[in-house]
Amino acid sequence: MAEAHKDKPTDNTAGETGASAAGAVRPGAADEGAASSQGRTAASQGRKSDQGRTAASSLSNSSAKEPTLLMPEKLAISSSPHVHGPDSIAKIMWTVIACLVPAAAVGIYRFGLDAAVVLATTTGSAIVFEALFQKMAGKEVSVSDGSATLTGLLLGMNLPAGTPIFICVVGSLVAVGLAKAVFGGLGYNPFNPALTGRVFLLIAFPVAMTTWRLPQQMNAHGPKKQYYGMSTTWRDQAGKRLEQKHRNVKKVDVVTAATPLSALKEGWKKGTAALITHTDLLQGDRPGSIGEVSAIALLLGGLVLLLMGYITWHIPVAFLATMGVVAAITHGINPQRYAPPLFHVLAGGALIGAFFMATDYVTSPTYPWGKILFGVGCGLITMIIRLWGGYPEGVSFAILLMNSVTPLIDRFTRPRKYGLKLWSGPQEDAS
Amino acid sequence: MSRARDEFLKGFWKENPTMVLVLGMCPTLAVTTSAFNGLGMGIATMVVLVGSNVVVSLIRGIIPKKVRIPAYVVVIATFVTLVDMSLEAGMYNLHRSLGLFIPLIVVNCIILGRAEAFASKNSVGMSFLDGLGMGLGFTVTLFVLGAFREILGNGTVTAFVYQDTIVQWHLYSGAGVLHKTLVFILPPGAFFSLGIFVAVMNVIKTRRKRLDQEALDKVNEASRTAPSLQQPA
Repeated sequence: MAEAHKDKPTDNTAGETGASAAGAVRPGAADEGAASSQGRTAASQGRKSDQGRTAASSLSNSSAKEPTLLMPEKLAISSSPHVHGPDSIAKIMWTVIACLVPAAAVGIYRFGLDAAVVLATTTGSAIVFEALFQKMAGKEVSVSDGSATLTGLLLGMNLPAGTPIFICVVGSLVAVGLAKAVFGGLGYNPFNPALTGRVFLLIAFPVAMTTWRLPQQMNAHGPKKQYYGMSTTWRDQAGKRLEQKHRNVKKVDVVTAATPLSALKEGWKKGTAALITHTDLLQGDRPGSIGEVSAIALLLGGLVLLLMGYITWHIPVAFLATMGVVAAITHGINPQRYAPPLFHVLAGGALIGAFFMATDYVTSPTYPWGKILFGVGCGLITMIIRLWGGYPEGVSFAILLMNSVTPLIDRFTRPRKYGLKLWSGPQEDAS
Repeated sequence: MSRARDEFLKGFWKENPTMVLVLGMCPTLAVTTSAFNGLGMGIATMVVLVGSNVVVSLIRGIIPKKVRIPAYVVVIATFVTLVDMSLEAGMYNLHRSLGLFIPLIVVNCIILGRAEAFASKNSVGMSFLDGLGMGLGFTVTLFVLGAFREILGNGTVTAFVYQDTIVQWHLYSGAGVLHKTLVFILPPGAFFSLGIFVAVMNVIKTRRKRLDQEALDKVNEASRTAPSLQQPA
């Protein structure tokens, strides 16, 4: 979730109504200081060409006077009337952060201090990197708007508890630096920063990123003992640990286990995944990423965002419904192998992805039908990866893949304008 | 003499084939998983480049314009075959790890580009220097890129490789704070590394250009204000 109020061109009509003055290209070397012939060509070419963005940015390098801008700042607006909203970037960001807090709190409750360390490291380092990169780019440092905080928090919630600190910091560096700063900062990033960081870490540190801890307070009685591969209850296990310690055997630091979705790779009834009940998934009594374990906390946060109007229902509903439909079909065909719909929706990162990451303003479509298309695409790709892919979980890949087609979706799903033909084909951008 | 020096040196920085001309991306991205592979690939390419530049320059007067590209390719392929066979005989392990990319030197843009753009228009000596400079620039780039990726992605620094003996230090072995970032020896890491290198190079270039411009401005300003240099009206 990030903001786009000033940056995302909501240019419904700017091109056609001649309001393009608002989107004036700022050529690299227009000020009189660089009034060399080089500077003039840069300025004239910048105005002349329609790809003012690229022309101006590449030529501004050669004029060497102006601080190099990656993309000219511009504000493309639709024609009047306009309504002034009371929301600001900071308000939206901090609201989303507040909505994430319950899920993060459950994560800390389930996985203990290590989870808190991971969250603090990613959030803190994301803020530091954001300030650093904004300073380096010669921009105003705007970390107080909470966007870096949100990126760091989301990244931390997507990592397993006990991720080494070094890896957390690298994740923040990639999320803030590689996914956001190099594209020009907030509003220009084509991919969700937190997810980019997570996928980078997953590819770079596959072992650390798939070492899942057991929850501290877990209900390992009855059939669930088998899921955790234990012959005894948790208390006995702890006693054994003490014994081992006294015998100078290397003591057990952490007990790890498979997530429900990786257990699902063995099959639904054949494997142990079916031992995880829906109650476990709702309460977060299962191994997993810090922020994804409790479905209730995530639903609560998502609901608040929906009611406050900061996200619309289109993406989450389309996302989760598609997953449910695909799961229902496959479960209907082969109930031995494929899990039922509710399990798929509650397990893994589907809820945090659908409510908090697929709905990012910058990287998701603007219009209702586009949002639905986006959600359906996310759900389909997630299910394809989960059911037949090499990874147990596919939410982050799905959202990133759909992020890449967001501009295309936006182009083809513009709403009909009053007085115009039903659909006049993809329209040129007003830049 | 100064022209010879320029032709030799341009490959290192000003017209660096990988970083500035962005040619030969296939070997650059594919084989730089370790410093040694990068070095091997660079030297193999350099040998072919020097050889083909010299021969193309020698026969530039007798090749008909219409069939010049096939003629260049035949010349280049000859040298590639020589390098391929020598590597297989002398350094079998390197040959195996470079694999298909040795024969692919035939279609390397740098070599064909230098033959077309330089060797076919310049004397043998200049072509030799051009090939040597470009080849060395390519080798240095590949070596540095390979070392960067190897250190980050594999956590090793290779001291030397001789036949089957590989002597290398493991940087982050054990339970240290740092971990090796596997992604850097995977294909995405190649793009990340190359991007970082080009960005750093551009920053240095921009800064240098700005400093030059400022110095020039200062001189101009001085000459404008100095009364002795003012033109009579």
